[in-house]
Amino acid sequence: MKIQRLGQVASVALMGSIALAACGSDDNTGTAAAGGSSSSSSSNAASDCPTGTLDAEGSSAQKNAIDEAIASFQEKCAGTTVNYNPTGSGAGIKQFIAGQVDFAGSDSALRTKPKDGKVETDEAATHCGSPAWNLPMVTGPIAISYNVKGLDKLVLTPEVAANIFNGKITTWNDKAIAAINSGATLPSEPIKVFFRSDESGTTENFTKYLNAAAPKAWTAEPGKSWTGKGEGKEKSAGVASAVKATEGGITYAEWSYAKDNDLSIAQVDNGSGPVELTSEAVGKAVADAKPDGEGNDLRLKLDYATREAGAYPILLVTYEIVCSKDKDANKAALTKAFLTHFASAETQKSLEDIGYAPLPAEVQSKVETAIAALS
Amino acid sequence: MASVTGVSVADELPGPDGRAPLAGDGARTGRLGDRLFGGAAVGAGLVVIGLVTLIGLFLLWKAIPALAGNEANFLTSREWRVSGDHPRFGIVEMLWTTVAASSIALVISVPVGVAVALFITHYSPRWLARPAANLVDLLAAVPSIVYGLWGLRTFGPTFVPVQEWLTAHLGWFPLFSTTSISGSGTILFIGVVLAIMVLPIVTALSREVFAQTPVAHVEGALALGATKWEMIRTAVLPFGRPGVISASMLALGRALGETIAVTIIVSALSQGTPWTWSLLNGGETFASRIANNAAEFDSPQKTGAFIAAGLVLFVLTFVVNAIARIVIERRKAFTE
Repeated sequence: MKIQRLGQVASVALMGSIALAACGSDDNTGTAAAGGSSSSSSSNAASDCPTGTLDAEGSSAQKNAIDEAIASFQEKCAGTTVNYNPTGSGAGIKQFIAGQVDFAGSDSALRTKPKDGKVETDEAATHCGSPAWNLPMVTGPIAISYNVKGLDKLVLTPEVAANIFNGKITTWNDKAIAAINSGATLPSEPIKVFFRSDESGTTENFTKYLNAAAPKAWTAEPGKSWTGKGEGKEKSAGVASAVKATEGGITYAEWSYAKDNDLSIAQVDNGSGPVELTSEAVGKAVADAKPDGEGNDLRLKLDYATREAGAYPILLVTYEIVCSKDKDANKAALTKAFLTHFASAETQKSLEDIGYAPLPAEVQSKVETAIAALS
Repeated sequence: MASVTGVSVADELPGPDGRAPLAGDGARTGRLGDRLFGGAAVGAGLVVIGLVTLIGLFLLWKAIPALAGNEANFLTSREWRVSGDHPRFGIVEMLWTTVAASSIALVISVPVGVAVALFITHYSPRWLARPAANLVDLLAAVPSIVYGLWGLRTFGPTFVPVQEWLTAHLGWFPLFSTTSISGSGTILFIGVVLAIMVLPIVTALSREVFAQTPVAHVEGALALGATKWEMIRTAVLPFGRPGVISASMLALGRALGETIAVTIIVSALSQGTPWTWSLLNGGETFASRIANNAAEFDSPQKTGAFIAAGLVLFVLTFVVNAIARIVIERRKAFTE
């Protein structure tokens, strides 16, 4: 009896494993065939699709964007694998300099000034044996998101925003807010500010904005850790869900988090009228940024205090940091192919749905030129 | 831990030839099996000792340069600025949050855990005891991230009225005074969630020791006319006390070091928030702050500062364990 039952179990297991093995071998031939056909059918694309594995690491702010780009790239080039590990900008640059990854994603360009006795640009150049380039790839607007019942439209000037986030304005019906939101019904409840308790590029860019656009109200040095008031929550998801759960809450978070949590987003008035957060408004601000690097090193200097009409000024640009001449020719070809795909108008457009803004045309064409010059 | 496993007093007496109790006759047969097993056991012991020592040394080695560059008092400062040319950081805030939350966890979980263990060993009907024990053990198998998400989304909102009641009625007491923290991201709440997380540890170990109470003690107490409660109080609890203390210390260790659930739930304080003793305030524990910032360790100085905080947690756990050992030893002296 017992033996019989054991036999039954064994036979079921055997059948199962045979079935699975069949699936497995099917899959293998399937991908091989797909890989072969894609490279042969589109012969002109064959050079765009070198085979191999590309490893990258860095900023978590661009994680969703790069994931989207990787998915569509691997659809096109079945033989390539791109891995992106969103461990944070600092970690990404460190790994890049150490030669552990092929390119790094970062919220800020490589530092040209020494910090702790080291200059990132020089270290990266030493690792590459050639200058490392910062290529702007993903622009992520930062939304000032709030949760106040019945308040669908809120306009904030940099001064008022700075005073809210440094704790000087404490109630929603404060005179300063009322003055720039005539006609809106503002409740008398307290403002609950939420900030990122982890060190983050979002905090850095947001405080850079406050500091540049309202230097009198926001005097603290911009940095990755929060210097204002409020309650800290873990990561973007934490602050966004805290605001969603808290009446009277306000925070700064990437656009996608504000969208996903259905939070209201404040319009920003830098001096030439309120600007709503849209892809066009963000693109305008990026196009307005001045190039800060030489040649194909496309580091940007964002003008947070811009008075350009219709430009949304609070944004972060994430860069891909690459070796201009990679020691490994195969990796160079892979990097080039992937970044070409990432920078293409089509891919950039697809990022809009997930809360990023496409690169504006003039910046995009410069990025494409730089990628074409990679070797 | 002879006292936990129920070894009787007779076993503790020295043998007729003055050897330590239960030491064997020291004969060495020199057989392969003896040598292999003995060697493996010694090796395992040495590996653990070596591992702990090396972790301690690693922490020290990484922490010392950062501590040397610190411009504030590491033990008393409430600031935490670890980057830049003039780092100023201190651990007092993290120490308070860690110790307060873990203490709350113990205050709740030890009585409840002991009660659950007593129910399973002495009160529940036989058919219920095993499923109940298994269910409690199952709590230990839930990943801490699940506790975190559950605490944040489900349990938190229902806990808010409790906090409001506390501030409304006991707000005059410094531990329950009002703070600016909204919702459930408070020290009190993480204490409660931690209590649930460590409950299975307390219960499982207490259950084991209570079940080992010598039958003679139990029957003796009952024969002298003790009620069930009196029997438990005079026979089971004293016998199990060292075990319960061990269990509590193990639980405390878990509570002190719990990371992800705390990180998700707790509200961090901004720099320069006025100090309050309130348990309804936010804060960060050692583990949560380290975990939260681990992605941005971009300079040795910053890494060193966080590792120094980790070192304090390491020492804290050591001290707590040492105290527990002392307590157990003294108890043993009293009871035997």
